[in-house]
Amino acid sequence: MTASNTKPAKRKRQSRRVPAALLAPAVIGLAFLILPLAGLLARTPWAELPARLAEPEMLAALRLSLLTATAATALSLLFGVPIAWLLARGDFPGRSVLRALVTVPLVLPPVVGGVALLLVFGRNGIIGSWLYDRFDITIPFTTTAVILAMTFVSMPFLVVSVEGALRGADLRFEEAAATLGAGRWTVFTHVTLPMVAPGVLAGAVLCWARALGEFGATITFAGNFPGRTQTMPLAVYLALQTDLEAAIVLSLILLAVSVIVLASLRDRWTATP
Amino acid sequence: MRRKTIIAAAAALALAPLAACGNGAEADTGGTVTVFAAASLTEAFTEIGAQFEAEHDGVKVEFNFAGSSDLAAQITEGAPADVFASADESNMDKVVEAGAAAEPETFALNQLVIAVPEGNPDGVTGLGDLAGLDFAACATEVPCGSAAQTALDGTGLTPVTYEADVKSTLQRLLLGEVDAALVYRTDAIAAGTDVDGIEFPESAAALNTYPIAALEDAPNPELAAAFAAHVLSDDAQSVLETAGFQRP
Repeated sequence: MTASNTKPAKRKRQSRRVPAALLAPAVIGLAFLILPLAGLLARTPWAELPARLAEPEMLAALRLSLLTATAATALSLLFGVPIAWLLARGDFPGRSVLRALVTVPLVLPPVVGGVALLLVFGRNGIIGSWLYDRFDITIPFTTTAVILAMTFVSMPFLVVSVEGALRGADLRFEEAAATLGAGRWTVFTHVTLPMVAPGVLAGAVLCWARALGEFGATITFAGNFPGRTQTMPLAVYLALQTDLEAAIVLSLILLAVSVIVLASLRDRWTATP
Repeated sequence: MRRKTIIAAAAALALAPLAACGNGAEADTGGTVTVFAAASLTEAFTEIGAQFEAEHDGVKVEFNFAGSSDLAAQITEGAPADVFASADESNMDKVVEAGAAAEPETFALNQLVIAVPEGNPDGVTGLGDLAGLDFAACATEVPCGSAAQTALDGTGLTPVTYEADVKSTLQRLLLGEVDAALVYRTDAIAAGTDVDGIEFPESAAALNTYPIAALEDAPNPELAAAFAAHVLSDDAQSVLETAGFQRP
């Protein structure tokens, strides 16, 4: 511990110190976000946890939730990234209107979103009635309906996130690549996409998390059938009708699984350069 | 047409006490009675509340309509309620076990019917006709669902969806997503002419029982007891019958 040693360290710490004007609201905000979770933990009947984890219905709901949320994220990536590119790079009239329309599912109450999906894909819906009459296909009450409902509510998160990243990216790299003879598709896959990868990842994570917690549109559009359309949030809601503590246990399982998945994903992505 | 006469009779009955008012109703000191009642009672109890207010000068009836399990939770957590009217016995039992009520009395029964679109396009006459049709029922966690499960047990029939409450079960039918729905007779009647309610014998084994009780910690115990008694009176019972409930 020499003087010459401590001085720069102290200096560094001082410059890193968070201003009080930021710290106070941050602490209050964190408490607000974390306290309800603490409330749940306080009411959790831990002894019941192993028995709940072994219930086949619970496992079916968890499996279905993970499967459908992942499928919804894949669909959102497939269609959302091109939408984001269109909004960020495209030059056409009505772009701002289109951007506003993309965010509609963010504002719409999910239950209304579910009704809207029924009006299009339901048995009497614009597309659904055609599918039903022509091919005898009904979408509501199927796992497909769950994935559609989740995609509808969660894709905007991905689009907004990726569009932000695209707007922040330096256009000169794309121009340089184009000057060097790369085609537009090559520029997109080899220059643009790697540049905005963090934004795409952040968007995908948001999208997946939103899909996993999706309730309103799912129960309205897909109904509730164990193993087919009953995801974890639906199971939690129904458990709430009879047994508060069972509902808490189910929520915590969903929470734990999502935290584990997100944390391990992040480690993986940060480990690779 | 039968419904119209019943409504007229109910209205006459509702007005009769008005004329008789003044000759010795005991609890005419005013005050408010707070009634926690199951959501399926909304229309009937609003009318019964008006009857009670007419019979008791200066008394106001306030309602909190919600799912029975939500109401039971609110009462056991200490919500200031005078009367609890539940749509099933298990939620009343919870309140009794918590010491918040004693001696509940059954005031109405509700029976399941098969609700079908107006005109019954699939020609449903009983449970057996549901084979091959898409139909909706309530989830077993809620009262209408446990009644449906009892009726469906052994038939091998499975609904395409188990809805969280009876209103959303009926909504499936109104939106045309299913061919039929197992709902309460009261809900089929409340849906009006868009829906026909087909009665089926198996539902007699799965009658839903509605108990009522004045609560132990009622802020207004006298009015609480008077309201519970009123719900069992002929005036109130005829309102309930018009809505499609059966007398216990």
